[in-house]
Amino acid sequence: MRPGPAALFAPLVGLATIVAVGAAVQGLLLADVISVYVMPLPTQVLEALGRVVTQEHVAARFLLTTFETASAAALILVVGVPLAFVLYASKLQRVAFEPWVAAWASAPLVLAYPLFLVLFGRSPLTPVVMGFASGVAPVVLKTLEGLDGIRPVLIGVGRSLQLSEAQIFRKILLPAALPAIFTGMRLGLTFCLINIVAVEFLINLGGLGQLINEMAERYDLPGTWAAIGFVVLASMVFFIVAERAERWLQRSH
Amino acid sequence: MAATLALTGARRSPVLAARLLAAALLLAAWQGLAVSGLLFRDVVPGLDLIALALARTLGSAAFWTNLGVTAGEFVLAVCLGGSLGILCGLALGASRFLGRAYEHWVYWLAPTPKIIFFPVLLMLFGAGPESKVAMGAISAFFPVAISVAAGVRGVHSVLVRVGRSCRASALQMALKIYLPAVRGAVLNGLRLGFGVAAIGVLLAETKLSKAGIGFLLMDAYRLFDMPLMYALLILVVLFITGLNMALAQLNNRNTGQNIGRK
Repeated sequence: MRPGPAALFAPLVGLATIVAVGAAVQGLLLADVISVYVMPLPTQVLEALGRVVTQEHVAARFLLTTFETASAAALILVVGVPLAFVLYASKLQRVAFEPWVAAWASAPLVLAYPLFLVLFGRSPLTPVVMGFASGVAPVVLKTLEGLDGIRPVLIGVGRSLQLSEAQIFRKILLPAALPAIFTGMRLGLTFCLINIVAVEFLINLGGLGQLINEMAERYDLPGTWAAIGFVVLASMVFFIVAERAERWLQRSH
Repeated sequence: MAATLALTGARRSPVLAARLLAAALLLAAWQGLAVSGLLFRDVVPGLDLIALALARTLGSAAFWTNLGVTAGEFVLAVCLGGSLGILCGLALGASRFLGRAYEHWVYWLAPTPKIIFFPVLLMLFGAGPESKVAMGAISAFFPVAISVAAGVRGVHSVLVRVGRSCRASALQMALKIYLPAVRGAVLNGLRLGFGVAAIGVLLAETKLSKAGIGFLLMDAYRLFDMPLMYALLILVVLFITGLNMALAQLNNRNTGQNIGRK
């Protein structure tokens, strides 16, 4: 079914609303209803966006955050997926410890950043470990969900063909659980990136999170808003790409 | 002690025994690490020191005063962010046009780290509790709005048609049709919102504040009082996880009674 004119018109209205709010804020600031010492002019923010990107080493910061996220993601994959298979292997382990993993997933781990700072020092290792800690549980839980969804007949066929446990794992369990692992990885990466940027901001170290903190400490209001805008934009692009990649991987699987 | 409990538990339930054994092993490993001297002194304090700090913290007036500050900020943040989230969710879910126009913005902004907005909130609301309330409210808004919008779309169309045929106003539709039918989604959104609001408030307190549990946490960090830091973290995690579990139970109980869903 083709989308109606309202469906095409609606996203434009959304975009126009953002422009209208920006214009209204500009007007209120120019009319001195809102103080320019509290909020910068939206036009200044747009101008500052170029300055922030060119003068604040955004490319290097972006790469650093990406590297930290990728390192944490690799750790999540290496630890999370095997852990899920270990839990899946024994019903007792599963019943006993799956609630622990679920509790870990809902625990406010980011609040422990002063502790991680003491344990791992003021180095990129701290955001990486925090990213790993926050992203590993969704991967374990989603992989378990994927393993639960495997039709018993597939495993039965494997056994009737006298496949070894390792072959059953490689030829049946892992391929069948892949879509759920992709979903878990997307969720894990999302939590991981949120925590990494947050910790970078809080401890004033590293990539994109630190950029905002530096701008705020310099009292560069347009720069702070522009940096926040840039980080929000980067996160939005990341989440959209991750979601599309997950869908593509699930389709192609 | 834990090992004895594990042995007793094994007779009753192997799951309980496995849990007790794992807990005993973890605690023993912790204590072993604490006395081994492998890490810098005091980074991993002994369990006795953490237990003492826990008791000391619970017995101190300063803790309860700061807890009161954080709790006040948290409650206000949830009220503000939660009610705005419910209103927005109702509007986005009930109107297909509004949903198409704005929902993807809400959806895209939801997973961004909210703490990065804190410098802006500091400028707008100052360094006092107001900026922490705003931080918590922004954090709570997104999960509530998304959950309620999805819930509204799941309301049985018959209920909506009945409301419209009775010529119910937008307010009446919201209060009499949508809200009762989506109470499960509201509760679920609030459960998620509670957790992130608490995190938002506490993180903001750790960044810049003169009171609150986040302030105490940073004070312990500055003084390198590791047992106190562990004690505070244990209390915060217990509080947030406990709240989450209580709301999840309430939500589960409510789901069984939900009749207005497709």
